[in-house]
Amino acid sequence: MSLEQHAIIIILAPLLGALVISLIGGLHRRVAYLTLVAALAVSFSSTIATLSQVAARAAEGPLHYFLGDWQPPYGIELVIDPLNALVLTMVAGVSLLVAIYSKETVRRESPDRLHHYYTLFALLVAGLLGITATGDIFNLYVLTEIAALASYALLASGRGFAYYATFKYIIMGTIGACFYLLGVGYLYIKTGTLNMAEMQAFMTRPALLHSESIRVAFILIMVGLWIKMAFFPLHGWLPNAYTRTSTTTSCLVAPLMTKVSVYVMIRVMFGVFTLPYAYHVMGWNTAVVWLASLAIVAGSIGALAQTNLKRMLTYIIVAEVGYMVGGAWLGNAAGLTGAIYHIISDGLMTACLFMAVGAITFKTGEINLEAMRGVFRRMPVTAAIFVVGGLAMIGIPPTCGFFSKWYLLSGGLAAGHYGFVVALLFSSLVNAVLFFRLFEIGYYPLFDAQSEAGQHDKVVVAEAPLSMLVPMLITAAMILVVGLYTSRIVSGLIEYALPAGLKL
Amino acid sequence: MEDLFNYIIGRYNYWAAIILLLIGLYGMIAKNNLLKKVIGMTIFQAAIILFYVSIGDKRGATIPILDHGHGTHQAIEAAAYANPLPHVLMLTAIVVGVSTLGVALAILQKIYRVHGTIEEDEILETIDQ
Repeated sequence: MSLEQHAIIIILAPLLGALVISLIGGLHRRVAYLTLVAALAVSFSSTIATLSQVAARAAEGPLHYFLGDWQPPYGIELVIDPLNALVLTMVAGVSLLVAIYSKETVRRESPDRLHHYYTLFALLVAGLLGITATGDIFNLYVLTEIAALASYALLASGRGFAYYATFKYIIMGTIGACFYLLGVGYLYIKTGTLNMAEMQAFMTRPALLHSESIRVAFILIMVGLWIKMAFFPLHGWLPNAYTRTSTTTSCLVAPLMTKVSVYVMIRVMFGVFTLPYAYHVMGWNTAVVWLASLAIVAGSIGALAQTNLKRMLTYIIVAEVGYMVGGAWLGNAAGLTGAIYHIISDGLMTACLFMAVGAITFKTGEINLEAMRGVFRRMPVTAAIFVVGGLAMIGIPPTCGFFSKWYLLSGGLAAGHYGFVVALLFSSLVNAVLFFRLFEIGYYPLFDAQSEAGQHDKVVVAEAPLSMLVPMLITAAMILVVGLYTSRIVSGLIEYALPAGLKL
Repeated sequence: MEDLFNYIIGRYNYWAAIILLLIGLYGMIAKNNLLKKVIGMTIFQAAIILFYVSIGDKRGATIPILDHGHGTHQAIEAAAYANPLPHVLMLTAIVVGVSTLGVALAILQKIYRVHGTIEEDEILETIDQ
C-alpha cells in the first residue's frame, strides 16, 4: 500500500464496510459489529498517516489525490491540507470510538435490524469523511446528501415521536442542501468549473468580485449551510431530532454533523471564495457575529430550561455552533484559529458527554436530571468521565475547551466585538451552573427505603459494560491530551490552515 | 415597458425556475399536511433540476454526441453542442431527490402508524399530551 493511497482509503474503507455489512452482516450479530469497527479502524489509521504526512509538509501546500487519475478540470480530486486533515482525524476517531461503544446499545435498541443500522452507520461516516476530503464543490453536495440520508434513517431509529422530529429535519435539511446546490449552480454559470481551487483562481478577477450572481451564490450557500449546522435562528429542528433518537445515533450524529457543516462553511469562505471576498466585499462580519452571539445566549438559556439531560446537551450544541460561526466571522487570525480548534475540541467534548449520558441512561433507564442521582457512587468511572466532559464544556484548563475559548475570546477582543465576548463569558457561566448542578445531584445518594434505614455504604456499584467504558475513557483522555498539545496543534497545523493574509 | 418585457421574456427559464422554487418553498413551510410538505419538497428539487438543465442549453445546439469521434482529429465547434455537464450533474441530483423522497415517504408512513394522522396540528396535540 503506497503512501499516496491513504487519502482515498479514508473514504473507501467505511464505504466498502457498508457494502460488506449489508451483504453478510445478517449472518451473525457479531459480524456486522466487527466489520464496522474494522472498517473504521482502517479509515482512522489512514487519517493518522495522512495527518502526519500533511504535518511534515505543512509549509509546502496540500496533498492532491486525483480519483481515477483524471486531472482536476475534468476529474474529481481530494485535497488534504492541514485544516481538513485535522477534521478528518477527529471525525474518523470519534466515529470509531462510537462504533466500539455501540455494541451493547444497538443490541438493545434495534436488535431486529442490527446490520441495517450498522450499514447506515458506515454510510454516514463515509459521507462525512468524503465531505471533508473532497476538493470538488458538486461532489461535496452529493456526499452531504449521502451523509444526510443516512442520518435521517439513523435518527428515525428512535421510534415513537422520533419519526415526526426526523420528518422536520428532512424538510429543513433538504431546503438547506437545495440552497447550497442552487448557489453552486450560480457559481458554475459564472466560472464554468466545479473545482474549488480553480473557482478560487477565477474569484480574484474584479469582474467576478463585484458580480451580483456571485453575491447571490455566496448568500445561498451560506444560508443553506447555516440551516444544515442549526445556526440560530435556523436551529428549530435540532433539539427534537437529536433528543428523540436512540443513544447510539445521538452519540454519532451530535458531535459530527454540525461540526462538519462548520468546516464546510470555513472551506467555502476561504477555499472557494477568498478572504477579501468573505470579509470585505460582503460586509457581513458585524451582523453575523451578532447573530452568533445571539445563538450562544439563546442556546445557553434554552439549555437551562431543560429537565431532560440529552435535550440540555442539544441546546448546548446550538450555543457551540454560535461559538464557531462567530469565531470564523470575527475577521482575525485568533478568531479563526479558535473556530478551527473548536471544531476538534467540541467534537470530542460533545461525544464524551453524549456517551456518558448514554451510559447512565443505559444503566438507569432514565433520561431526566434525576437519572444523575447517586451516579458518583453507582457508576464512578462514568461519572468521572462526565465530569471531564462537563469541565471541558465550561472551559477549565487544561481541557481543550479552555483553549478554544481562549482563542475565541482573544479574537473577540482583538476585533473589538464586545457583544461576542460577553456572550462567550455568559455561556461559560451558564455551563458552569448547568454542570455543577448535575454534579451536585450526582453526589447525593438515592432517596429510597434502604438509605433511610441507614445502609448508606451498601450502594451497589453497577458500571456500564467495558465496551462502553473504554471508548469513553479514551475520549475523556483525548480531551486532556488535545488540551495539553494545543500549542503544537496550533503552530504545526492550524497556522498553515489559515488563509493567506491572516497570521497569528 | 419594453425593457421590462425583455427582462422577463429574455430570461424566462430563470423565472420559471424561481416561480417553481417559491411554490415548493411555500408548500414545505406553510402546508399543514405532511404529505403536501413532501410534494412541496419534490417541486423545490425539480425547480433546481430544471434550472441546471436550462443553463446547459445553447441556441441552435444539438445533443453532445460526436459523429465518428474516433480517429478524426478535426476541430470540434463547442457552440454547436449543448453543454452536457449540467445535465450529468442533474442525473446525480435526481437520484438524490428520489432517495430523499423515498426516505420521507417511509418516515411519513411510520408517523401515520404512531400518531394516526399526518396533519401537523393533530400530531402536535398528541405530542403535548
